[in-house]
Amino acid sequence: MASGTSRDVLGRGLWVLGRAIREQPRIFAVAVTGSVLFGLMVIASAFVVGRVVGDVVVPAIARGSVGTGVLALAAASLFGISVLRVVGIFGRRLGAGYMQYRLQAAYRRRVTRRYLDLPLSWHHRNATGTLLSNANSDVEAAWYPIAPLPFAVGTVVMLVGAIVSLFLTDWALALVGLAVFPALFALNVVYSRRMAPRQARAQRLRAEVSGIAHESFDGALVVKTMGREAEETARFASRAGELRDALISVGRLRGVFDPMLETLPSLGTLAVLVVGAVRLRAGAISVAELVSVAFLFTVLAFPVRAIGWVLAELPRSVAGWDRVRRVLDATGEMPYGDKTLDPADPTPATLAFQDVHFGYEPAEAHLPGAEVLGEVTFTVPAGKTVALVGPTGAGKSTIASLAVRLVDPRAGTVALDGVDVRDLTAASLASTVALVAQVPFVFDDTVRANIALDRPGIGDDEVWAALRLAEADGFVAALPDGLDTMVGERGTSLSGGQRQRLTLARALAGRPRLLVLDDATSAVDPRVEAAILAGLRAPTDGGGAAASILVVAYRRATIALADEVIYLEQGRVLARGTHAELLATVPGYASLVTAYEQAEHDREQTRTYDEVTPLTSGLEVEVDR
Amino acid sequence: MTTKVEAELPAESPESTWRTLRRGLALSPELKTGLAATVALALVYMIGRVAVPVAVQRGIDHGIVGGLDLGVVWRVVAITGAVLVVTTTCGYLMMRRLFTVSETALAGVRTRAFRHVHDLSMLHQQSERRGSLVSRVTSDVDQITTFLQWGGVILIVNLGQLVVTTIVMLAYSWQLTLVVLVAFAPAVLVIRLLQRRLAGAYGLVRQRTGMLLGTIAESVVGAPVIRSYGIAGRTARRLDAAIEGQRHAQQRAIRISILGSSVGELAAGLALAGVVVVGVTLGVDRTLSIGQLTAFLFLVTLFIQPVQIATEVLNEAQNAIAGWRRVLDVLDVAPDVADPGAQGRELPPGPLDIRFAGVTFAYPGGPPVLHDVRLEIPAKSRVAVVGETGSGKTTFAKLLTRLMDPTAGEVLLSGVPLRQVRFDSLRSRVVMVPQDGFLFDATVGENVRFARPELTDEELTAAFTELGLADWLDGLPSGLYTPVGERGEALSVGERQLVALARAYVADPDLLVLDEATSAVDPATEVRLQRTLDAVTRGRTTLAIAHRLSTAQAADEVIVVDRGRIVQRGPHDELVRDPESIYGLLFASWLEQTR
Repeated sequence: MASGTSRDVLGRGLWVLGRAIREQPRIFAVAVTGSVLFGLMVIASAFVVGRVVGDVVVPAIARGSVGTGVLALAAASLFGISVLRVVGIFGRRLGAGYMQYRLQAAYRRRVTRRYLDLPLSWHHRNATGTLLSNANSDVEAAWYPIAPLPFAVGTVVMLVGAIVSLFLTDWALALVGLAVFPALFALNVVYSRRMAPRQARAQRLRAEVSGIAHESFDGALVVKTMGREAEETARFASRAGELRDALISVGRLRGVFDPMLETLPSLGTLAVLVVGAVRLRAGAISVAELVSVAFLFTVLAFPVRAIGWVLAELPRSVAGWDRVRRVLDATGEMPYGDKTLDPADPTPATLAFQDVHFGYEPAEAHLPGAEVLGEVTFTVPAGKTVALVGPTGAGKSTIASLAVRLVDPRAGTVALDGVDVRDLTAASLASTVALVAQVPFVFDDTVRANIALDRPGIGDDEVWAALRLAEADGFVAALPDGLDTMVGERGTSLSGGQRQRLTLARALAGRPRLLVLDDATSAVDPRVEAAILAGLRAPTDGGGAAASILVVAYRRATIALADEVIYLEQGRVLARGTHAELLATVPGYASLVTAYEQAEHDREQTRTYDEVTPLTSGLEVEVDR
Repeated sequence: MTTKVEAELPAESPESTWRTLRRGLALSPELKTGLAATVALALVYMIGRVAVPVAVQRGIDHGIVGGLDLGVVWRVVAITGAVLVVTTTCGYLMMRRLFTVSETALAGVRTRAFRHVHDLSMLHQQSERRGSLVSRVTSDVDQITTFLQWGGVILIVNLGQLVVTTIVMLAYSWQLTLVVLVAFAPAVLVIRLLQRRLAGAYGLVRQRTGMLLGTIAESVVGAPVIRSYGIAGRTARRLDAAIEGQRHAQQRAIRISILGSSVGELAAGLALAGVVVVGVTLGVDRTLSIGQLTAFLFLVTLFIQPVQIATEVLNEAQNAIAGWRRVLDVLDVAPDVADPGAQGRELPPGPLDIRFAGVTFAYPGGPPVLHDVRLEIPAKSRVAVVGETGSGKTTFAKLLTRLMDPTAGEVLLSGVPLRQVRFDSLRSRVVMVPQDGFLFDATVGENVRFARPELTDEELTAAFTELGLADWLDGLPSGLYTPVGERGEALSVGERQLVALARAYVADPDLLVLDEATSAVDPATEVRLQRTLDAVTRGRTTLAIAHRLSTAQAADEVIVVDRGRIVQRGPHDELVRDPESIYGLLFASWLEQTR
């Protein structure tokens, strides 16, 4: 590490600490006051011990008798100092701890608030693991030096106090102090500086080892069915070996510095003995003062290390702070408008795409982002069902995301009942449209909470009604605790189809006026899917359909239900019309939706051929092998 | 249906610390090598700690009080200085040995546990348990190494310091030693009590931290749901509750911890005061010298340090032991599906036939998922297994690839019972493509190469071409070198399945098991894949768990599963003749969906 860089880290680290003090000034003041009190009491204890030995013990032993009063005073002052030290410890540690935890909590709140505010496009650009560690370990690292900070500040005050008191005692002994204390300080600084990169390396390797374990265990099925356990273990072992070496290197450095840091004050005490004896002979000091100074060197050694702890944590703190800052400073919120759609309106909504273009932001700023959608124009009229059809990767899911404003278009408008979705309030948008995604997401909560999501007006009756509509009432009723069953990460496992039906029920429970289904029934059996779709299409009490539906689908039954089909290829609307029209006029569409029939037809042909010349196929097999 | 959580990780066993240590040492005998030398070095290092008080005593008694003798002082200081050089060196050597031995042993334990977890079927059966299995090879081991790096040394050195200090104190004066011990006795009792509460408090911190991490993860992974349902407010409240919950637990823990160190501090004050009072009285009686009394005051401060940090260090030690215990416990779980190893047999060469001999399967504690299944599938045939969700059809695939063993009965491949087949033979000949085509965070090419690392780019490209996926590959931004992102998330679900299929294809198995492997690709692509798969798997045995009945139509034979039993089997054309049969109904529904 170049010294310029480390000076920079030191400066920035101190700035981060300053920021912490500015945010929690009062509690910091409490902690530092406690710490200074503790430090002063450490010095005081040395001088009291010296006085007790020199002024009480020596005369008493010399005289062969002792005054009870003096003895009681000595004992009381020693114990009194201890009590004051306890007060100091309380102030210092409680203050430091509360300050650290408060800062952590405050910044976790801020970071997670940003996650909720920042648009999905920002989320897409950041790996899940990174976002998790930003809110967790990076916040923790940023405020880690806060724990020893008040101790270190108090120690600096204590060191100044010690030097001053040494000079007040004797200049020669003070010189010993001037040699030992700065050396101790310097040794701590060197130690921290050399330790920081080693610790950082170990920390990084810990994360990497953990990353490999996560990935390898997530992919266990692939690893096992391919018989790659040994190779995976080798991959893990090599990184675990690097971590071991990094930890050994941390340990060796500790082995060098820890004993030295301990020995240095001891050497100081020995020096005090020699110098003190010389000064005693010269009559410059008393026995009491000699003992005091020797004692001082013994008790000062430990607190000085607090300074080293702060310095050692600074690089990690700065790195954590930078990563936290990156989240807090991220811009590009998707502000909501202030218009609302009539909340009482029970009629289906109209969705209109007008010349919509969309592209994901490039990973690197200088690269052009590829356009995913271009010139997309279509309408889902109120109460109608529109199907989006196209090959894998055509941009269907992107249209679904735009329709519920998970992302905004690069150009063009998406409108609900004639109002640009960007002008709607969050609440109005959420109560009007609902998206059921391809990959279902279930919260680590009860079935009830997963469906109701604390939305007003959704009681158990509404939840059950939604479950019935999603054909999920059967399995939910069979769950051990019904609606109260915990599902998700730490709850009961659900199959893919069950999860899909739960998320479908979640969408239906809010009685949306526009329902967007992004291949949302792919893991549901065809028969179950047919039943669900029939339920959705059933007219409401009022006679009309309850909602307009935009559905991404492959299944012909689903497509056949649609009033209109939009056929997409590579982000462009290639054709629109009824299923029958497209089937007749668009070859790409026809080959996509009739793929199964075509396959069956081809098989029929082959089979006929096989029946005529049955030997050929057998021969083919032989030749092939 | 709902998969009950059965084979749990063993609950934390309440065994004693000593038993854990013994088990741990038995597992890593290398920890014991040179232990005597390390202890000897540690003892010498400890002597350095009491060297100064002894020097002070000798200096004062023989060189200062009762006639100044600089020669004596010089001699005492010189000898002590030399002792310090030796003890410091021993300290360095002790730590060096300790860290090298322990880190090496723990890295070994970590790797062994990693390998062992891969052998446990709960890893892929119960995805919910994955997180805790990951922590066995990460945070649990980290807890031990972190403890050794900081607390461990402190614990060893301070325990030694306590012992050596007590010995030196006893040598000077048994009366004063008694005073010190009496002063510390109540503190030790209180600290023991506090330490138990502290362990509970830290347990709560860990639990709340886990909840916080879970809540944060939900808000990140569930971002689209949160946004589209407008529940940012609700999510924020849950986050705040989790954040505050963790903070309060942390503050409670630190309060208890401070109480511990305060009690130690007060005991020290009490001991100092007591030593002065009793010491002076003894000094007056000429049973104690001034130097000895002074040395005692120094020794008391040495005595308090270990007591003060005891609460924290003991707690850390408990955590480390608990971590170690959890790692050992996971290593103790016998793999339910074990590799027969060297005694195992190889599968005979050539295409494989399949036989299910009275196979019943039930998850532990659950009802049977498959009932007494008897089935023979000739080699080279292409079979489709169909049935409704929860009928048990996926269980077929798992039994056939020996991800699980039957509860009763046997699965045989070409006459060899699966339990007797060596894993290397089994895994190279039988390959399954699961529905969730998991991809590693690497490029498309590297993911396909996972099956056979020796393949060249040309061979990989050829494989994609043979599967009819050349166009798709060309359409990717960097072809084979396109990164797929974490868990393949840069690709669509259907595209991930294509890569997973290619990966299985290059593995060149004799029995290919497809578990709804193309459920998310578009129909045209699926049909195309179906056709190419038919061609390239000709002459091998293929078993496909089918979600779309197009697969069943193309198969030589269809096996219909309902509630854990085979209810129909035969070619598609035969089965559809009975429209009232389960298959007839399924197919009618399928036709309804696709026409």
